[in-house]
Amino acid sequence: MPGPMKGKPVVKAKNFKKTAKKLVRNYLWEYKLRLLIVFIFAIGSTIFTIVGPKILGNATTEIFSGFMLKVSGIGGIDFWKIASILLTLLSLYIVSVVFSIIQGFTMTSVVQRLTYNLRNELAQKINKLPMNYFDKKNNGEVLSVITNDIDTLSMNLNQSVTQIITSICTIIGIIVMMFTISWEMTLISLIIVPVAGFIVGFVAKRSQKYFKMQQDYLAKVNGQVEEVYGGLNIVKAFNNEEKTIEKFEKENNKLYKSAWKAQFLSGLIHPILNFVSNIGYVGVAVVGGYFAIQGKITVGNIQSFIQYNKQFMQPIEQVAQISSMLQSMIAAAERIFEFLEEPEEPKTLNGITDTSNIKGNVEFNHVKFGYSEDKIVINDFSANIKEGQKIAIVGPTGAGKTTMVKLLMRFYDVLDGEIKVDGNNIKDFDRGALRKMFGMVLQDTWLFGGTVQDNIRYGKEDATEDEIIRAAKAAHVHHFIKTLPKGYKSILNEESSNISAGQKQLLTIARVILADPKVLILDEATSSIDTRTEQQIQDAMDNLMKGRTSFIIAHRLSTIKNADLILVMNHGDIVEQGTHEELLAKEGFYADLYNSQFEDCNDEIDM
Amino acid sequence: MLKVLKNLKKSWVAVLIIVILLCIQAWMDLSLPDYTSKIVNNGITQAVQNNDSGGTDYILHTGIEMLGIVLISITSAILITFLSSKVAAKLGKTLREKVFKKVLSFSRSELTEYSTASLITRSTNDVQQIQGLIAMMFRVLVYAPIMGVGAFIKVLTQSNNSMAWIIGVAILAILFIIGTLFIIAMPKFKKFQTLIDRINLVSREILTGLPVIRAFNKEKKEESRFEKANMDIRKTDTFISRIMSMMMPLLTFLMNSTMILIVWYGGQNVDQGILQVGDMMAFIQYTMQILISFLFISILSIMLPRAAVSANRIMQVLETEPSIKDKEQTKAFDQSKKGLVEFKNVSFRYPDADTEILEDINFTAEPGKTTAIIGSTGSGKSTIVNLIPRFYDATEGQILVDGVDIRDVSQKELRNIIGLVPQKGMLFSGTIESNIKYSNDSMSDEKMIEAAKIAQAEEFIEAKEEKYESSIAQSGNNVSGGQRQRLAIARAIAKDPEIYIFDDSFSALDLKTDRKLREELTKTTKNKTVIIVAQRISTILNADQIIVMDEGKIVGIGTHEQLMKDNETYKQIALSQLSEKELGGDV
Repeated sequence: MPGPMKGKPVVKAKNFKKTAKKLVRNYLWEYKLRLLIVFIFAIGSTIFTIVGPKILGNATTEIFSGFMLKVSGIGGIDFWKIASILLTLLSLYIVSVVFSIIQGFTMTSVVQRLTYNLRNELAQKINKLPMNYFDKKNNGEVLSVITNDIDTLSMNLNQSVTQIITSICTIIGIIVMMFTISWEMTLISLIIVPVAGFIVGFVAKRSQKYFKMQQDYLAKVNGQVEEVYGGLNIVKAFNNEEKTIEKFEKENNKLYKSAWKAQFLSGLIHPILNFVSNIGYVGVAVVGGYFAIQGKITVGNIQSFIQYNKQFMQPIEQVAQISSMLQSMIAAAERIFEFLEEPEEPKTLNGITDTSNIKGNVEFNHVKFGYSEDKIVINDFSANIKEGQKIAIVGPTGAGKTTMVKLLMRFYDVLDGEIKVDGNNIKDFDRGALRKMFGMVLQDTWLFGGTVQDNIRYGKEDATEDEIIRAAKAAHVHHFIKTLPKGYKSILNEESSNISAGQKQLLTIARVILADPKVLILDEATSSIDTRTEQQIQDAMDNLMKGRTSFIIAHRLSTIKNADLILVMNHGDIVEQGTHEELLAKEGFYADLYNSQFEDCNDEIDM
Repeated sequence: MLKVLKNLKKSWVAVLIIVILLCIQAWMDLSLPDYTSKIVNNGITQAVQNNDSGGTDYILHTGIEMLGIVLISITSAILITFLSSKVAAKLGKTLREKVFKKVLSFSRSELTEYSTASLITRSTNDVQQIQGLIAMMFRVLVYAPIMGVGAFIKVLTQSNNSMAWIIGVAILAILFIIGTLFIIAMPKFKKFQTLIDRINLVSREILTGLPVIRAFNKEKKEESRFEKANMDIRKTDTFISRIMSMMMPLLTFLMNSTMILIVWYGGQNVDQGILQVGDMMAFIQYTMQILISFLFISILSIMLPRAAVSANRIMQVLETEPSIKDKEQTKAFDQSKKGLVEFKNVSFRYPDADTEILEDINFTAEPGKTTAIIGSTGSGKSTIVNLIPRFYDATEGQILVDGVDIRDVSQKELRNIIGLVPQKGMLFSGTIESNIKYSNDSMSDEKMIEAAKIAQAEEFIEAKEEKYESSIAQSGNNVSGGQRQRLAIARAIAKDPEIYIFDDSFSALDLKTDRKLREELTKTTKNKTVIIVAQRISTILNADQIIVMDEGKIVGIGTHEQLMKDNETYKQIALSQLSEKELGGDV
């Protein structure tokens, strides 16, 4: 009977051999002893199963000849002999089932250990990759490696290894068994195999084509559905329902046509093999009958042969499946290895780890940076920031205001020049220690599923409850936490959707307050938060900034004006720098930006 | 599940033919053992007993008959595959179409209720699931019982059926083995699903929190969190896989033992002369057929619940009645009140929510004037504009457009006179042209270019190699946010509506473009009703009336100057965006 997934399109690996070698050498080899057990027991179990039909056939023969003797009146069926044959057979089957269970258990443990280790390796790898890797890849792609690819690998590895062994053993074993009965009949059974192989190969190739088509049209239909559902308001606002349906029906119809063809062709494989098997059956019955009359073989032999003939097709069908299983398994492994082999963030050996005396002087010295070599966004930036100063970064949306932040935290490295903290190049710091000096509050708040307390404590693992409450108070979030059903022990759910965006922001501020960093990096709240919370966040941030060097991604005029230094960014580049007054006097981009925002307003004031 | 299958009705002829063909195929496949039995009983036995050579002819003759049967069997198998593929694909097509049409009829409430993401999976993955199952269903789920029943009939019509009990015992044993394994594994299966969700969640948290994790130097902690989730999966998965790996060996063992049993009892029957050897051989084969059928049914019945879930999810959508429908008798607009939008005591809440999103909203937007709505997030300002094209219906009060309650006119007519520009400038795949001409395919090129000009989109369109023919990717993902908004504005202008609604549509534009665009726009919208929802105060300073929203209520209506004088909420918003000096210095 056909399996549900048969004939589904296979994503081929780019380099099958290399990846397969890697998989065996770096991962499977570790389990060579267990795999040996799997091999031995799989082969053993298959052999015992294969011998079965022949022995059972002997019992039938015994009955037949006994019956013949009885009819001739010179004897009868020897039940003792039959009983001993059947008991032998039964014990063979018991051994076989025990063997295959041992084999299954061992294989499972190999596969589970392997995938467990791989998953951990992947998770650790995420933390070792440079940040710019995640600019190129979206989270979904990485997640898909951890979940889908690992799943595919584990499932197919388990099945394919076992099936390869048993299928090959079965095929060889059956051929051997058949030959021991009658070579002429074996040839009849075998002659059909290449014919079947050819037909199946032909059909499979065709069906692959349609499966590919089906996949393409499916993607198109999915795309359309996504787009239309996402923009349903617009479809309706412009009375475009009918046109949209028409367009959908067109694609849907194409999908239907390729879908049934793909389904049909892949569905043919099983009947064809069945047909071939049946032809073999007829051949065996007829020739077997003829040979039996001639006394060349026994009646029981016919029965055994029929059973072998039936069993023969199954591994052949499986071999066809295994090749596609292997393909998708290796393709998955390839993606996993690719991810694991991505270049990692360079390690700083013997970097400075003690940052307790750092004051927070930050110096930019002829910094040059670009996300890629040919797209330089910061050409030559120098600035000297004294401890406790406030630096505002302004510019239109998408101007790359967070670039400076990323450089400071060493999420990216400068191409040329240097950034110093208290006179030490940031590259000389241990990465972890460097990052701990900075406190960061971004607009994309990140909380994890856990209690409120755990989330605040993230900033300082050994903080006492008292310290946590103090931090929460400074962040103006203590009162809110108290209103939660379980206070500090309340659990934030998966998407932290049980608290509002503003409160999330306050919690992250509390976290940073608790961490007590030397330098702050703040992304000011925009108007996406209601006014009262906004005020609270502002107050909390002001609390936080006292006495610390702060970099602020600014949206607010008050921040800009008080800043000791304003960096004006546009199209990813720092176009101007200076204080508010200096920049206005310059009448450049900043002045332009500033004035255009308030021109209307000034007009009115003039009136 | 059954309800989804009702959609097969249209293909009932094909389904009937499939079932008939399946019966034929089953009968053919079951007849083969009969012939073997004949060969043994009549051919060989006779020949051996009587030393006559007629046996060979008999065997040859039987062989030819068998070939005929094999041919009939393959022919019907091919036809079955052909028809069932078509039926399954057709069902998939029908379901997709039905769900799609249904969703198009949904209002925002239904959309929020299901969530767009869930509706997408229902229209695609879930339908795919059903389609896959149906294709299999005929070949396996329907065929197996037919085969089983056929084999039973064969066994029962045999001259001797004293061994039928063996089949019964074997079936019970199969059910027992599968049942036991599943009872042991089922709870773990469920647990496994939650563990998978758990590891996905942890991975996602690590990925989204990367900057924070690195900033706090918490890599090791996250890794150990992942490891723990991973270990849980390993343990559960090992258990399940081991249980499942026992299934096939045990079942094979069971079938083999059944054969041994048949030979033993068969031998005794042969000895007593009530059974022929050939019949015994045929009996073995029938029994195998029956057992295999049962095996497949039980394995499939385990798969069925999954498809049933998909089926239910689809049916849920199909059975949902859209909450907003046209009345049977619709009214026409009052031409004398063209462009007038009136809110009269309008309140709104989501179906299951306790709190009102809008409470007692009253205002009038007149043609030739600009009405601006401002307020913090969650104050309900976007909801107000969503009520005008009837994306939602007000829970209380009424909204009048052109002097008529909007629930009394047809949705089509209503939306015809509204030009909506949404927040994110949603575009559709196609070209720039097809997007601007979205309201009317046969629009003239001049009109399209004119609209693009006003929307300040001409410059970047002309800069593109293919100008207006440039392609737009799904949801407009290949153009920048600002360009998307300008195209969306052009799309609304090209429609030439009576009422313009801008739902925070200038947010992605830089301030210069924003200003220029609004200048141009003022000329085009001179005699039209304009409603603007805004975040930036600078966008709405010149509006004829500004509606200030706070927590679902109107807390003030007036011009900028009026509101600056006497509205605290407005002042707060203004002050947070502009310094006192810029606002006049003396507030």
